[in-house]
Amino acid sequence: MNENGNDLISIQDLRVHFKIGGGLFKETKYVKAVDGVSLDIKKGETLGLVGESGCGKSTLGKAILRLTEPTGGQVFYNGKDLAHLGAREMREQRKNLQMIFQDPYASLNPRMTVGQIIGEPIRTFGLKNGKSIEERVQDLMETVGMSRRFVKRYPHEFSGGQRQRIGIARALAVDPEFIVADEPISALDVSIQAQIMNLMERLQAEKNLTYLFISHDLRAVRHLSDRVAVMYLGKIVELAGGKEVYREPLMPYTIALISAVPVPDPEIEAKRERIILKGDVPSPINPPSGCPFHTRCPYAIEDCKRIVPKLVEIKPKHYAACIRINPEKPHIEENSKEGLGAIGAGV
Amino acid sequence: MSETNGKILSVKDLKTYFQTEDGVVKAVDGITFELEKGETLGIVGESGSGKSVTNLSVMRLIPEPPGKIVSGDIVFNGIDVRKLSINEVRGIRGKRMAMIFQDPMTSLNPFLKISTQLMEVTRLHLGHSKKEAYDHAIKMLKTVGIPDAESRVDSYPHEFSGGMRQRVMIAMALSCDPELLIADEPTTALDVTIQAQILELIKDLRTRMGTSVILITHDLGVVAGMTDKIIVMYAGKVFEQAPTAELFATPANPYTKGLLKSVPDPAHEEGTELYQIPGLPPDVAHLPPGCPFAERCYRAEDICRRDFPPFVQINANHHSLCHFAQEVYAESVAESENGKTANIQMKINE
Repeated sequence: MNENGNDLISIQDLRVHFKIGGGLFKETKYVKAVDGVSLDIKKGETLGLVGESGCGKSTLGKAILRLTEPTGGQVFYNGKDLAHLGAREMREQRKNLQMIFQDPYASLNPRMTVGQIIGEPIRTFGLKNGKSIEERVQDLMETVGMSRRFVKRYPHEFSGGQRQRIGIARALAVDPEFIVADEPISALDVSIQAQIMNLMERLQAEKNLTYLFISHDLRAVRHLSDRVAVMYLGKIVELAGGKEVYREPLMPYTIALISAVPVPDPEIEAKRERIILKGDVPSPINPPSGCPFHTRCPYAIEDCKRIVPKLVEIKPKHYAACIRINPEKPHIEENSKEGLGAIGAGV
Repeated sequence: MSETNGKILSVKDLKTYFQTEDGVVKAVDGITFELEKGETLGIVGESGSGKSVTNLSVMRLIPEPPGKIVSGDIVFNGIDVRKLSINEVRGIRGKRMAMIFQDPMTSLNPFLKISTQLMEVTRLHLGHSKKEAYDHAIKMLKTVGIPDAESRVDSYPHEFSGGMRQRVMIAMALSCDPELLIADEPTTALDVTIQAQILELIKDLRTRMGTSVILITHDLGVVAGMTDKIIVMYAGKVFEQAPTAELFATPANPYTKGLLKSVPDPAHEEGTELYQIPGLPPDVAHLPPGCPFAERCYRAEDICRRDFPPFVQINANHHSLCHFAQEVYAESVAESENGKTANIQMKINE
């Protein structure tokens, strides 16, 4: 997938396996939160990462920034493999790589003023000193749409949306190139969500930022993202342009996921046929063999239990992992009507 | 009061206030609505708009103090709920009206088996024996689609996933075949595929059992497909009230319009920037004298900041709390007609 030179981040076969259990007489098990993910993130784009809870999307975001240590694979940024950098070198890189967190209540230190919170990264990296830090902090506050007057206030004095602005200002303080935004709007009210999304878009245009936008909210992801990656049980199962994924999802899981999103239009809702998936996401401790989705997939056949599907380019720049589709026959509904077996590029 | 006319619930001018250090919080301030038998009502609003307090008031679950239903009528099937003693309320709650909450983990007792918790309801309300209650519990789990109900009925809540726990909550709420089900953000804590399952379940149960439903949510997508009519709440007030299709097509309140436009809609190609309502929801303890939305409203004039807006009747079932309700409605009608012409134009061009 490494086709052009404008990739900012290139992730190769990244794995994060958490060890659980173990001991003298117990079997050691692994939660394969991220299991062999390869992705390129282009400079200046927003890559949306969607999936249900427990699919490993947050872990992937953290592993890229080494906030969770990857157990395998590489993350290339500016020609350096972040996954294998020493502590000091990694610290140097953190100036360029920042994160915005989901919970604006838990991610700000309640004992620090807004000024201290936003100023901290500037001080830590020694980017500015004395009076100029204060100026920079106040500029940042204005950038994210907060009044300079609030610089001496504490996080508890702000609403969720305002706190998320503080979190964004803190991330911007070191002038990063790349920001992982992990569910930045999930905890916010509807009217505030729109404000934060617009802010993120404006900042991207102004500062040429690159985002990895992680969310379970498919409507928000579609709105913000240039490309969307769909994750299921630690693996990327579909990757395509933002609009394309919604217009023409190919992998059965994505098809079901998109059909499950409620549309704020009663006329459309009344006509829609929804694919209701049976059951829950299987446990990542004991993921199903073969295709991880075969236990819930309405189109699954015997081969799906055996063959681990690879992410294949089904249409130009549209990748999907399913053994029942291929570039000649990209649509699973038609293929299943014809009673075709495994036809994709499985192993 | 005993005249119900097919109305299962009628709430009139309900006011529920909370006494806080910060002064009196008028969490619900004059709410009026009616629910017919078999109907589904959606209550939409952002956090702090009073949508949950409205329904806690109906169920008489307001903690007193600090809260208090200050005035208003709540008539459920001809019964004046406010006049009932606590014991009489208990006879209705859980039996004739039931509630499911947002977070199924905190609303189930983690120390008790699912069976124990389900049996408690029917033993109390229906006078079931242990055996009857146990069988009924299994039957209810099957009704809500829990696979292998016979063996899972003796599990503990932590052994269930979020979606399964919400199913258990629904099973518990429906155990006594209630006439009214209040679902307070039933799918907010769930993933979209599980949300679709739960909404489908509520729809299905509603048709099979003829239950009336009040669905409280902040998600306009959820109410679009589920409800017959909608109430939009803001700062403890009903801002707009209309049949679902009409509310989405021709809203008559600037807040509703803003809310509808600020949600990315995957069914329509969107423009570049999302519409945003400026500012923050108001502090309900310190409301300004005029319209509580005036500060954030795109068409507010002096009168909005000065005088509290009237509750304007647009047509028989459509009301809006706004000084300019008729004008906003006319705009919406014009926009919707333009939209239709544009659609037809597109189809002709295709």
